[in-house]
Amino acid sequence: MARRPVLRWAKLAAAGVAALGVTALGVTTGAWGESLIDSHEFSGSVTLENRWFPKKAANPEQKDFGVNLIAAPELYLESADGTSLTLEGFYRYDSSDSVRSHADLRKAYLLFVGQIEDQEWELRLGVDRVFWGVAESRHLVDIVNQTDLVENPSEEVKLGQPMAHLTVSGDWGVAELFGLPYHRARTFPGRHGRLRSALVVDNDRVMYESGAEERHFDVAARYSHSVGLFDVGLSVFDGTSREPYLQPPPPICFILDPRSCALVPLYEQIRQYGLDAQMTYEAWLLKLEAIRRAGARNALGEEEDYTAFVAGGEYTIYSVFDTDMDLGLLAELNRDSRRMRATNIFQNDVFFAVRLAFNDFASTDLLVGILEDVDTRSRSFNAQFNRRLSDSLTLNVEATFFHNIAADDATHATRRDNFVNIGLTYSF
Amino acid sequence: MTRKHRVRRFLAMMTLFAAGMNCLAAGQPAVAQNPSPEARGLEIAREARKRGEGFGNLVSQLTMVLRTAKGQESRRQMRLKTLEVANAGDKTLFVFDRPADVSGTAFLVHAHRDKPDDLWIFLPALNRVKRISSANQSGSFMGSEFAYEDITTQEIEKFTHKYLRDEPCGDLACTVSERTPVGEDSGYSRQLVWHDKKEYRPWRVEYYDRRNELLKTLTLADYELHLDRYWYAGEQTMVNHLTGKSTVLKTSEVQLQAKLNERDFTRTGLRRAR
Repeated sequence: MARRPVLRWAKLAAAGVAALGVTALGVTTGAWGESLIDSHEFSGSVTLENRWFPKKAANPEQKDFGVNLIAAPELYLESADGTSLTLEGFYRYDSSDSVRSHADLRKAYLLFVGQIEDQEWELRLGVDRVFWGVAESRHLVDIVNQTDLVENPSEEVKLGQPMAHLTVSGDWGVAELFGLPYHRARTFPGRHGRLRSALVVDNDRVMYESGAEERHFDVAARYSHSVGLFDVGLSVFDGTSREPYLQPPPPICFILDPRSCALVPLYEQIRQYGLDAQMTYEAWLLKLEAIRRAGARNALGEEEDYTAFVAGGEYTIYSVFDTDMDLGLLAELNRDSRRMRATNIFQNDVFFAVRLAFNDFASTDLLVGILEDVDTRSRSFNAQFNRRLSDSLTLNVEATFFHNIAADDATHATRRDNFVNIGLTYSF
Repeated sequence: MTRKHRVRRFLAMMTLFAAGMNCLAAGQPAVAQNPSPEARGLEIAREARKRGEGFGNLVSQLTMVLRTAKGQESRRQMRLKTLEVANAGDKTLFVFDRPADVSGTAFLVHAHRDKPDDLWIFLPALNRVKRISSANQSGSFMGSEFAYEDITTQEIEKFTHKYLRDEPCGDLACTVSERTPVGEDSGYSRQLVWHDKKEYRPWRVEYYDRRNELLKTLTLADYELHLDRYWYAGEQTMVNHLTGKSTVLKTSEVQLQAKLNERDFTRTGLRRAR
């Protein structure tokens, strides 16, 4: 068992953000690097956010309202030969859940680019974020980065991952190799936080299947190509799972000290093969993501190899009703061969959504979606609205509502956690 | 193959052949005295393209000022990079700088002469490269009065051309040609283009919607000569006659034959674009 190095990461991230600020100052005042650095760019955003849960929580210690402040500065330096350094920090303060207040080093990498005959190569060394996949309801094949779960339960936001990332590309496609020397554990909401399981997850007690613990050297590779109407990616990952098995506490703890009972995350060694494909034809996007994963435990705690996929598409009606607006219709089906033994909520779920892009000055857009569990009929609704208020100010509203959550559904503990999130972002 | 098909195919081939002859004829002054309006239209379009060819690649700074009928203003700023591909569609990269919330968002367009363009978008927040449909040719580009089809390279193969008349435009002598989109994705039934006779620069374009009503007018101005050969308009003004809205597109810091190559216009290049 390894103590989770939460503090170390928080410190590292804080140091990164501080270094970023100092470097920015140094560069902009021209104190150093005049000859070395060809161009630089300092940008970022500050967001004020309120998250409100209209329903009383399932547990009395959970809070209904949180004020949040988020800072995300970014610095980019480029030398005359094209080598560049990217630094991106992130900090969130949440008044309602101290675990959700967190710092992260999203990116801190050196990028080298070159060419050997007709092949282009690219090497990224440091912390980075990588995205694989095509689907909207779930990012199934995307595995390189750990999910920043406390950021958003949608699993869309990712933590920075230390890596060496080599890309070689040519007329034959793009091949990528990843060396991942360090594992980052997932942070689950704290006791006072919402959108958590009935039993909290002990973020300070993390277990690894590998004796090397978080220092197990993971590897990943991906080949992708774009031919005509098709964009296809094939990937493989071998190493420490990003999704932990949550071990229930021993029954005796409920008798001795119920407050100490917590789930303990266990990260197994897994191998995952992934496929992602999209066909783009006229106004249609047809999408498929599929994985085969070996080495992970199912919900019963037994090791079970499984296959999962998300398939669907998107059709856009341009200039709908003779306006400037575009209406996108999305439908996706999620399946997991383990069905009720699956460790996530996507064992047999359908997703339908409507996306309305106003194409106006303010780049207004609205996405309304529903995810329905075909087995339990549990539903969750999600709506996202974005609008630019001025050249540097944007408004983002997100609402999620749970409906008809069955007692045996994986999201039962969050049934009272409907929320509305209103954010105002200043970008520079 | 049925007999009917064979006949039809033969007729089609003859038409193509005739069209080819017309093209050849266009290059020969003796016959060019009285070419058909279609041949002359195509010749003007070809000559305009020829004069723009050979620039290799281009980097420029674009500023868009969007105005409503009531006079409200909004600004967009982006960098445009174009790579010329010999005898095929150009490759274009747009990288947005302003507004700040979309800073870093980039579009990659691989234009094709014989099929719809390929289009990818890079979303920096998710580090995601996404292939998107290029069927939305008539959609607004960044909320402006320019549609995607107005702003990306318009390959002449995507239109049929017809010369209409000579007409003065300002101090210059111009030709007026009509071009009709071949594909179904276009939002226009036809366009009228004014080219000056000396340099074949477009000075004015009228866009007619699917109901054949005048929808928008583009006026080009402040032409600048680069490398003693290439003319680029410094200011393009698009006015929408239906809504009263307008967009001024300013091009500055034009740099031809910059340090760009094929690898800046790939999906991995898009991921790196800044």
